[in-house]
Amino acid sequence: MSVSVPRIPLPLPLRVVVAKPGLDGHDRGAKVVARALRDAGVEVIYTGLHQSPRQIADVAVQEDADGIGLSVLSGAHMTLFAALLEELRRRRAEDITVFGGGIIPDADIRPLLDLGVAAVFTPGTPTRDIVGWVSTRLRTGGRPAAGQETL
Amino acid sequence: MDEARTGESGQLIDVVYGPGAVEGWDAAEKLGEPGGYPFTRGVYPSMYRGRPWTMRQYAGFGTAVESNARYKQLIANGTTGLSVAFDLPTQMGYDSDAVLAHGEVGKVGVAIDSIDDMRVLFGGIPLDRVSTSMTINAPAAVLLLLYQLVAEEQGVPAGRLTGTVQNDVLKEYIARGTYIFPPKPSLRLTADIFAYCGAEIPKWNTISISGYHMAEAGASPAQEIAFTLADGIEYVRTALAAGMDVDDFAPRLSFFFVARTTLLEEVAKFRAARRIWARVMREEFGAKNPKSLMLRFHTQTAGVQLTAQQPEVNLVRVAVQGLAAVLGGTQSLHTNSFDEAIALPTDRSARLALRSQQVLAYETDVTATVDPFAGSYAVEAMTDVVEEEITALIARVEELGGAVAAIERGFQKAEIEDSAYRIARETDSGERVVVGVNRFRLETEEPYEPLRVDPAIEAQQIERLAKLRAWRCGERVGDALTAVRRAAGGSGNVLYPMKEALAAGATVGEVCGTLREVWGTYVPGDTY
Repeated sequence: MSVSVPRIPLPLPLRVVVAKPGLDGHDRGAKVVARALRDAGVEVIYTGLHQSPRQIADVAVQEDADGIGLSVLSGAHMTLFAALLEELRRRRAEDITVFGGGIIPDADIRPLLDLGVAAVFTPGTPTRDIVGWVSTRLRTGGRPAAGQETL
Repeated sequence: MDEARTGESGQLIDVVYGPGAVEGWDAAEKLGEPGGYPFTRGVYPSMYRGRPWTMRQYAGFGTAVESNARYKQLIANGTTGLSVAFDLPTQMGYDSDAVLAHGEVGKVGVAIDSIDDMRVLFGGIPLDRVSTSMTINAPAAVLLLLYQLVAEEQGVPAGRLTGTVQNDVLKEYIARGTYIFPPKPSLRLTADIFAYCGAEIPKWNTISISGYHMAEAGASPAQEIAFTLADGIEYVRTALAAGMDVDDFAPRLSFFFVARTTLLEEVAKFRAARRIWARVMREEFGAKNPKSLMLRFHTQTAGVQLTAQQPEVNLVRVAVQGLAAVLGGTQSLHTNSFDEAIALPTDRSARLALRSQQVLAYETDVTATVDPFAGSYAVEAMTDVVEEEITALIARVEELGGAVAAIERGFQKAEIEDSAYRIARETDSGERVVVGVNRFRLETEEPYEPLRVDPAIEAQQIERLAKLRAWRCGERVGDALTAVRRAAGGSGNVLYPMKEALAAGATVGEVCGTLREVWGTYVPGDTY
């Protein structure tokens, strides 16, 4: 006699990589966002400083991340976001949502969005807004909703 | 009765302070005279009546040509000391053509790859007539030697050079991130710089032991001072272990703190810091020279308190922060530009920042008398309270085995990140008011056109590197780097062979790369 166990569709936590690309060493924003996401139930992978876009893409793919948050304060954002998106394209991992923040002039936000960055959070953005965005946007744009996965 | 009010260090602030705050209090013991132990009131007897603070505005971007122009402008506008900002590749010991430098060249400071660039940076600026502070840490020795070499070309002997290199690698591990080598060889290099300057550049401030960056990372005033003084203690122990006499190098140690808008607590903080350091140097290290006991410091107004929203409001914040630093007895001051949260300063915003200091110096009366808050019930009480808090935190670092041991456990970083998170939550909830951001907001912000660094800069630097490689003698450079490698693996002072290499045209990246080969790179433990 077989016993059938009902499958309980548990919601899977979001997995987000928070990364510091390039040479900038200021990690306060990244660490605050990482912690706020964790407190909200997101599984956060923090890469540490001085990561190349290639390293970040590797980690995101290995960790089966739903999203990558980049923090850039050094003015090198156009180069770094573009490079990361390219690395994800090469790995056919474009379903990983890229977002970020830092010191980014208003005039650069549209070009970043046009490149494929999903959102840019600049100084003064409440942390809860970032968490809210991540939990809404990645849920709909990322992995399949709970209950639809096959074993 | 309104609800409790706490200060930035978590301490309660009384609605009213009274004579009880200074009851049973011996002013001679607690304060001393200005310029006398324990220096609570200031490091010099007449402070700004005798000697104004140096107006030292941090600046640098693009190539040496642009930065040289900005320095000349600042000098013409009344700056009394230069302060060099280097780009991230330079700060991390990479050349402008390194793979990791791509996109970063000239963005946060000036790109310096070699003596060619350094010569242009100070072209037309007589190095015997300016004092120059260089914000450079892991590669501090490299930039210091380049400065000395350029001075030699100008005919200025090293004995006449005045200035500072930040050279504080411990705070890099804690809060700033431009570290290269692991702690042990980094401290050896620091000791080599102390010894080299003692012998060759005696008027140079060998280190600027910093708390500013910790504060920017989220540290409370008590944490800022405690972790900085704990780093200072580690540097003193390092120099003593290397065989130096405390009174030989301690007079040339200097410090660097932040000034926040919470003026009363900031003034208390500076006074407590002086008192504690004087006591540590005398009691723990037995320093005899009064100069060894003086906490001389530079201050920068808190960048992290400035907003991108309604940026002109930052002019007001900077004025209050600058006032806090002056009332706190700083020796040198940088005031941020109002567009700080948006981009590097424009010519105009840089000039306005300098004018803020000039108003404080020439139009107010706060410079007319020393430590005007002495004897104030509130400020003396606050000084005592923050002193206790700082002393307790230093003790915790000591319990862990000192600053390096604590860093390796991630102690300071964790404490600071807790503060940062608390501040973020308080700002989110509105408990902590930020004008223009969570209260008194505008429906639509006025557009602001920020300074842009010309992206052609990177290509220009790469071209300059090609020119450098053309004139220099490759063999001479190679031999010199071999000598650096040998010295790094041994116990001799590495600065002497480094100077030879740089004079021969070795690049910043080549010298640091050689040291990396011998000493390795630091790998922090805070990833997860």
